[in-house]
Amino acid sequence: MIRIENLSKRFGKLQVLKQIHFTCNQGECIALIGPNGCGKTTLIKSILGLVVPDTGEMYFNNNKMNAQWSYRSKIGYMPQIGRYPDNMSIGQLFTMMKDLRKHEQHILDESLIKTFGIDNMLNKRMNTLSGGTRQKVSAALAFLFNADVLILDEPTAGLDPLSSEQLKEKIIEEKAKGKLILITSHILSELDEVVSHIMYMQEGELIFYKDIGTLQNETAETKLSKMIAKKMIENKQYA
Amino acid sequence: MHKIIKYVVIDIIRNRIVLGYTFFLLLISLSVFSLEDNTAKGLLTLLNLILFIVPLVSVIFSTIYTYNSAEFVELLLSQPLQRKTIWLSLFSGLASSLCTAFLVGAGIPILLYETSLTGIMLVLCGMLLTAIFVSIAMLAAVYTRDKAKGIGVAILLWIYFALVFDGLILFLLFQFSDYPVEKPLMMLSFLNPIDLTRILILLRLDISALMGYTGAVFKMFMGSSVGLILSFVSLCLWTMIPLILSVRKFNRKDL
Repeated sequence: MIRIENLSKRFGKLQVLKQIHFTCNQGECIALIGPNGCGKTTLIKSILGLVVPDTGEMYFNNNKMNAQWSYRSKIGYMPQIGRYPDNMSIGQLFTMMKDLRKHEQHILDESLIKTFGIDNMLNKRMNTLSGGTRQKVSAALAFLFNADVLILDEPTAGLDPLSSEQLKEKIIEEKAKGKLILITSHILSELDEVVSHIMYMQEGELIFYKDIGTLQNETAETKLSKMIAKKMIENKQYA
Repeated sequence: MHKIIKYVVIDIIRNRIVLGYTFFLLLISLSVFSLEDNTAKGLLTLLNLILFIVPLVSVIFSTIYTYNSAEFVELLLSQPLQRKTIWLSLFSGLASSLCTAFLVGAGIPILLYETSLTGIMLVLCGMLLTAIFVSIAMLAAVYTRDKAKGIGVAILLWIYFALVFDGLILFLLFQFSDYPVEKPLMMLSFLNPIDLTRILILLRLDISALMGYTGAVFKMFMGSSVGLILSFVSLCLWTMIPLILSVRKFNRKDL
C-alpha cells in the first residue's frame, strides 16, 4: 500500500534518513520505534509531504506520491504536537475541516468526538486547551475522515489512562477493518496488544521491519519491550 | 481555493487590526480633503501619506500574519491540498482584505472628492502597492524561519523602498550632475514601486511644472500611454515576481 524506496533526507550537516526502503500493506499495524532523534517523525512527515525528501521515491497504491497531494485524502494524521490556529474554537476547527473536504465522498467517523467528550466543549478556543485535550482533538481529526491509512505520532503521550485506553480500542477497531496503521511510540507496553509489525530505526537507518511472530521466534520472548531490548543488544554487538 | 481564502479573510476580520487600519485611512483622507479647499492639494498630501502608510502597514501586518498562521498552514498541509493552493490562498486572503481596507478607507473619499483619472489612478496604485508589499512580506517570511528576524527583514525592506532608495538616487544625481541623467534615472525608478507610484501621480498634478527639465523628460515618457502601460505592467510584475519566488520556496520547504 505504501512503498518507500531509497528515501534520504539531510538537515544541514545531519543525515536524518539514510536510504530507507520498505513496503507496508493493508491490514498491518506497524509500530515505528527507535531512540530519540532517529528520524521517526521525519519519515512520517516525508510520507505526508510535510518534509521534502532529498532523494528517493514513495508510492501510495503504486502511484508516485512525491510532490503529489491527492493521496493525502487517504491518510489520517495525528501529529506529535498538534498545532492549531489559536483564535478558533474546537467547533469552528471541525466545521472548517469538514467544509474544506466537503467535495470528497467520506463517511464521517465522529465516534472519537463522542468518546472523548469533545462535543461538550465545542466553544472552547484552541489556545485555552490543555495538552491532553489538544491530543484528543488531534486524534478525533485523524479518524474523522475514515482514511485508509492512519499515521499516529506518539498518540498516547499526554492522554489520561482512560482516554488512552479508549484510543487504543479505537485503533484495534480500525485495524480490524483492514486499515494500515503506523504508530510511533516510546511506551512499548502500550503497543503490545495493538501492533502486528515492528519497524525499528536507529540513526536514520531502518534496522529491521518484521512481524511480531517472527520476532517472538527469534528472541524467544513474549513481551514487546523485552523483544526490542534483546534486538537492540544484538544490534550493538554487530555494530 | 476559495474556501481557504474565506477562512483567511474571516480570521483577518476577527483580528480587528485591518478594521482599525480602515478607519485610520478614512479619518486621514476625510480630514485632508476637508482641510484643503483645493482638492489637487489634498490629493498631493494624501499621496505622500499613502505612500508612507500603505506599504508599512501591508508589509508588517502580512509578515506577522504569515508567521502566525504557521499552525493553520501546517494543519492544511496534512490535508489533501496542494502547497501552491495554500500559499496563494494566504496571499489572496491578505491582499484582498488589505485592498478592501484601502478601498473603503482611502478609495471612497478620493473618488468622492476627486472623481478624475488622477483620483482613480491613485486608488489603483494604492491597491497595487498593497498587493506588492503583501507579496514582499510573504517572501521575507518564507525565507526566514525565525520570526523576529523575518519581521526585521520585512521592516528593513520597507525602509529601503521608502527611504534609502531615494537617498541613493539623490546621491547618484549629485555625483553625475554634469551628465544628462534624466533617462537612466527614470529607468531606476522602475526598481522601486513606491517611487514609481509617486512619479506617476505627481506628473498628473500641476506641480510637475515645478520639476524643471527632469520633470519634462519624465512627463514625456510617463505621461504617454506607453509609459503609463509600462508603469502599470511593472507594478504588476512587482507583485508577481516576489509571489512566484515565495511559492517556489514554499514548495520545497520542510515543516
